[in-house]
Amino acid sequence: MADVALQPNRSAAQTGRKRSSLHNALKRKSTVAFLMTLPLLLLIAALVIYPAFYAVHLATLNKSMQRFIGFNNFEFLFKRETFWLVVKQSCIFAITAVIFKAVLGFIIAHFVHNIPAKGQRKWRGMLLVPWVIPPAMSTLAWLWLFDPSYSAFNYTLSFFGIGPIPWTGDAMWARFSVILVNIWVGAPFFMIMYLAALKSVPEQLYEAAAIDGANWWQRIWYVTLPMMRNIIAITTLFSLIVTFANFDIVRILTAGGPLDQTHIFATWAFRIGIEGSDIPLGASVSLFMVPILAVAAIFILRDISKRGNEA
Amino acid sequence: MTTATIDKAAPTRKVKYGSMSRDRAWALRWSYFFLVIFAIFFLTPPIYMFITSLKSSAEISAATNPWWVFHPTLENYAGLLTSNQFLRFFWNSAIVSIFVVTITMLISVPAAFALSRMRFWGSATLATGVFLTYLIPETLLFIPLFKMFAVIGDWTGIQLINKWYVLLILYPTLTVPFCTWIMIGYFASIPKELDEAAVIDGASWIQTLTRIFIPVAFPGIIAATIFAFTVSWAQFLYPLVFTTSTDQLVMPVGIITSLIKGDVFNWGQIMTGALLGAAPPLIIYAFLMDYYIAGLTAGATKG
Repeated sequence: MADVALQPNRSAAQTGRKRSSLHNALKRKSTVAFLMTLPLLLLIAALVIYPAFYAVHLATLNKSMQRFIGFNNFEFLFKRETFWLVVKQSCIFAITAVIFKAVLGFIIAHFVHNIPAKGQRKWRGMLLVPWVIPPAMSTLAWLWLFDPSYSAFNYTLSFFGIGPIPWTGDAMWARFSVILVNIWVGAPFFMIMYLAALKSVPEQLYEAAAIDGANWWQRIWYVTLPMMRNIIAITTLFSLIVTFANFDIVRILTAGGPLDQTHIFATWAFRIGIEGSDIPLGASVSLFMVPILAVAAIFILRDISKRGNEA
Repeated sequence: MTTATIDKAAPTRKVKYGSMSRDRAWALRWSYFFLVIFAIFFLTPPIYMFITSLKSSAEISAATNPWWVFHPTLENYAGLLTSNQFLRFFWNSAIVSIFVVTITMLISVPAAFALSRMRFWGSATLATGVFLTYLIPETLLFIPLFKMFAVIGDWTGIQLINKWYVLLILYPTLTVPFCTWIMIGYFASIPKELDEAAVIDGASWIQTLTRIFIPVAFPGIIAATIFAFTVSWAQFLYPLVFTTSTDQLVMPVGIITSLIKGDVFNWGQIMTGALLGAAPPLIIYAFLMDYYIAGLTAGATKG
């Protein structure tokens, strides 16, 4: 639309006054647009796309990075038991955490939506706090809550006769703790997204369902969930990517221990690539995140373009 | 709520509506009950940080009731706020965040304007591509980037690793794609008539952007700024990988590497540091909550 209105105007200006060809080029819309997006393009090309391909190249080198060794790094990884442990743990970690975050976020969003509108702001503000605190800082608080000798949780639980729990010392409990902290950080995000979606469900639909005699469960199953399907899908996929690639929480809480039993891809890649200075092997480890991330990204894109067509 | 429903009820069916409003009152009570439980779960760590920050190390090692402060003291705060090292972390974080926010806005606002308004060859694909880059996590890129900067250092002699300003190059990769994406959404919601009017009045594209789009989409700009600030303040992996000397560290990494000395954990100071590190995002959130939430939901609801 803008082009149509603008074309005669601009051509008149161009013929009216004589300008150098460089000046004309600078005035042309596509040139201006290109110059405006150029910094963005350079940034993405140099610091995102190039490193992504460079990682593939690095993964084919030997430890001193002087010799091409093809797929030897990958073969080496496949033979290591720790690698399969990391694969398993990453999947358990991401899937469990995302499911709990999604369910908890949904429940809390409903409760917040239930209460009178004037109190909602206050509750929403309070419940989003875990998402606002930098994860590295809040994980420190959890680390202190889980401390082996001074744990405040164990202190409280001892009154109920529940013995000291090795929150970060035992493999199963350490996995539980890491997932718990992740849920704590991520559930508020789901809550906020669902709350925004709940507000957009027309009230008439609930009235109609109530007249038809639907109970609260049927109202959720047949009205709320179908109306929110899009936002649930996109939030879950997005969270899956972020959780799968998580680093801060595991690194600070357990640093992969005890005995590599809580390592996930990112922390293990850091341990090998940076701390163990075997950059090619670290790059190979982190590349294993790509397939899952790619699948999630494809679904998100499909969803976004679908919604773009509807609008 | 309850009185309103009863008032609306027809006199003959009072009993029926009465039971319905009683149901609703119970639903409300249960909602509050569960909200309180969730609020306790969500607020325990920050409150516990605060409690511990008021304790002396003697009180912590005495292992008295951890949920209560018997002898409140500000010595942890005094100790950290007079320590040059800690102030250095704070200063580094502040400088990095401010620069990154500026760089991000300078790159993403013009780009979002060009992508949403000045349709050119490939602009739609490019907008999708920007969103895709946002989905690439930093944990995938830190190893190749580390090697890249090491190689650049070898070739040109420009040492980037272990300097705080390397973060100014790295952080925009996390902030720019998302900020561009939400600004595209905000710009797209501005009616076409506005910029047509501007063009008819003889405004150039730059003028249309600075005089019309930036003022109209100001809430979006605030939301994007808050996002860029929070991300650069909270980022942990990049500074952990790329900076090691204590005078180059930013807040999150500084607290974790310098306050934890071997096996001796001075928890009072660590919690104070963590609380002070969490303070800037929390303060911004407290004052600009609506913008914060708008930015958060815009990423998925717009576009």
